[in-house]
Amino acid sequence: MRIPLSYNVRNLLVRKTTTLMTALGIALTVAVLVGVLALTEGLRTSFKATGHPLNLLVTRRGATSEMLSIIPRGSFLRLRAFPGIASTPDGEQMASLEVITAITLKNRDNLEGVNTNVRGLLPAGLAMRENVRIVVGRNMIPGRREVIVGRSVAARYPSAALGKNIKFGRGEWPVVGVFDAGRSALNGEILGDLNQIASDYGRSEALSSVLIRATDPVAAEALKNQLEADRALNVGVQSETAYYESQMTSALPLQFMGTLIAIIMAAGSSFAAMNTMYAAVSRRSAEIGTLRVLGFSRGSILVSFFIESLALAAFGGVLGIALALPLNNLETGISSFTTFTEIIFSFRVSPPIMAAGLVFALLVGAIGGLLPARSAANKQILTSLRQV
Amino acid sequence: MLRHLPMILKNALRNRRRSLLTVGSIGASLGLLAVLISLYFAFFLKDQSTPESALRLVVRNRVSLATVLPISHGERIRHIQGVKEVMILQWFGGKYKDERELKNFFARFSVDPEKLFIVYPDYRISEDEKQAFLRDRTGCVIGNGLVARHGFKIGDRITLAGDIFPVTLELTVRGIYTKERDNENLFFHHKYMQEGLPAGFKDIVSNFVVLAESPAAVAGAAERIDEAFRNSLAETKTETERAFELSFLSYLGDVKMFLIGISAALTFTLLLVSANTMAMSVRERVREIGILRTFGYSRTTVLGLILAESVALGLAGGLVGLGLAGGLVLGLRHTPIIFVDLKALTLEPGVILLCLVLAGAIGFISSFVPAWTAAGRPIVDALRFND
Repeated sequence: MRIPLSYNVRNLLVRKTTTLMTALGIALTVAVLVGVLALTEGLRTSFKATGHPLNLLVTRRGATSEMLSIIPRGSFLRLRAFPGIASTPDGEQMASLEVITAITLKNRDNLEGVNTNVRGLLPAGLAMRENVRIVVGRNMIPGRREVIVGRSVAARYPSAALGKNIKFGRGEWPVVGVFDAGRSALNGEILGDLNQIASDYGRSEALSSVLIRATDPVAAEALKNQLEADRALNVGVQSETAYYESQMTSALPLQFMGTLIAIIMAAGSSFAAMNTMYAAVSRRSAEIGTLRVLGFSRGSILVSFFIESLALAAFGGVLGIALALPLNNLETGISSFTTFTEIIFSFRVSPPIMAAGLVFALLVGAIGGLLPARSAANKQILTSLRQV
Repeated sequence: MLRHLPMILKNALRNRRRSLLTVGSIGASLGLLAVLISLYFAFFLKDQSTPESALRLVVRNRVSLATVLPISHGERIRHIQGVKEVMILQWFGGKYKDERELKNFFARFSVDPEKLFIVYPDYRISEDEKQAFLRDRTGCVIGNGLVARHGFKIGDRITLAGDIFPVTLELTVRGIYTKERDNENLFFHHKYMQEGLPAGFKDIVSNFVVLAESPAAVAGAAERIDEAFRNSLAETKTETERAFELSFLSYLGDVKMFLIGISAALTFTLLLVSANTMAMSVRERVREIGILRTFGYSRTTVLGLILAESVALGLAGGLVGLGLAGGLVLGLRHTPIIFVDLKALTLEPGVILLCLVLAGAIGFISSFVPAWTAAGRPIVDALRFND
């Protein structure tokens, strides 16, 4: 026979102060964990949205990032002759020679300035980023000395908003449009014409990287092998997705610290939950005796107290998720250790993360509730009835 | 109060299990808090500079750390007023043995060997080893921290495969320098690397380290260097060695907010846990307090007894927490993350004191309301109280 759940809920409600305090303790633990997970999840989503699985990023062999890569213009021409490169509906080859550099933008929070990527690309390069959509202003016109900026850049740095001039290279660059690239890391970049930007930096012949789209996964694999085998090119090829995934390392220190903190906090919270549950058991000694007299078995007492602890923890877990929810979509920046430029992304409190938070809370409740529940079940009927 | 001490301790230990759990819970949170405060202190408050390091400036490309400077900048910087010496400092990166093993990741720089110990007079090395390093073009010197971690000794061969630079280096350990902090670096001859590089790489460099003439000349020299290259194709950013170190921290994201946010959550948790326990234990004892009052204990004494008990529990939690923090700090010092402040992290006496005060304060604050209510309850009520 099972003790009805409402018995546990009522008990928790009667001792509302204690319940609330214990639950809040668990809530804060869960909030820390959810916050850390939301940070890494946000970064991962952003990187995932940036890479297209069929896109191949070609860099100098051994270069760990686009920033450190040099691709001569001649290599690009040679590379375009390889089979397996997709075409746009207009029949243009999907291959973009690009030059990457970084500039420092300042705002009120960052007086020292933060490094932001500037990418010069070919019209094909823009076409290959299907998720880029102009939200204000107009698109850049190939060959002109002008730039479009990602929406995060425009929002974070007033000096790079629509209509402003950004100063870099050999002069000023008018911002003619702001684009939205979904959740992609491109939102934190400034885009302009390849030749205009390259000539400002004296790099017209030595550019950074090439982005190509393969026709299908098989072609992608073949293209990768052929390009890497070509000694004259001397390039390394990786899928764009893999390239961005490798940059996840930037978040490792915070992720490690956050997780460690959440685990130690969880130990603390489960001690507190245990305390609360032991107090509940000792105060309800007579009640337990009564229940036993009524015919409830030791097993059902054990289950009942265990469930009460889980319910308490679940309440804490929900509270903790609610505490962490305001973080959702909050924009933050982290710098990539491979490029040393800022990646702007937003926290993402996704359903799986909320589920993880709840499971974590239940775990705390289970650890905190097991021993007290056992001690409740082991009570002798007579002694517990006599205790007042 | 002192004569009540045995009673306070007896009371604190009356429900051993509860006290233990409370102390454990407070300890966990407080230990974390101590580590976070230590990190905050080391990063943002403590003056980590030494007389030698305060004289050093690091020059990098204004754009970013990943952007290079022409090597010719070095010659121009040397002639700037206030500059005593300039040395190339090039981050090599590269792979040593199996790069996936974090232990094998340590900082390697190419430098002007003859200037290394002039710019870094605080790197102590024997004259013989220094000369051996200068003579051997493929020689390198390593810090005592690296020796402790890898067991390197003089004469060992170290092979570094380049990633940023397309070159593989065969180095021989010629000397070991000792230093308190930041002692896990490897330095080798810039010329040796330069020889093996293709044309585009020969005349670029990531950083210069500048030794200023005097402490008074530091700020001026930094300004004049940046001014000299303003509006050139490679503008510079010159900052003190400490500011340069700290700039790495900013790459991790908003570390300050992270530390403050979690510390606040921890402090609040501490208060909750402690208040909850004290409320429970006082409530169980209302009748007993009534009895104490009939024996003639005054309200103040009863209040003091409960407060002292709670403070004692808080302090015990504080001690456990500091033990935990000590372990965590030791662990953090051995992380492979290249960050100088982490390698030298300690629990400062100030932080220890702060945590103990905090622990006591938490005990005091959390028990004040239940203690006040219990002590203030009329005796008759208290005796009749049935929870």
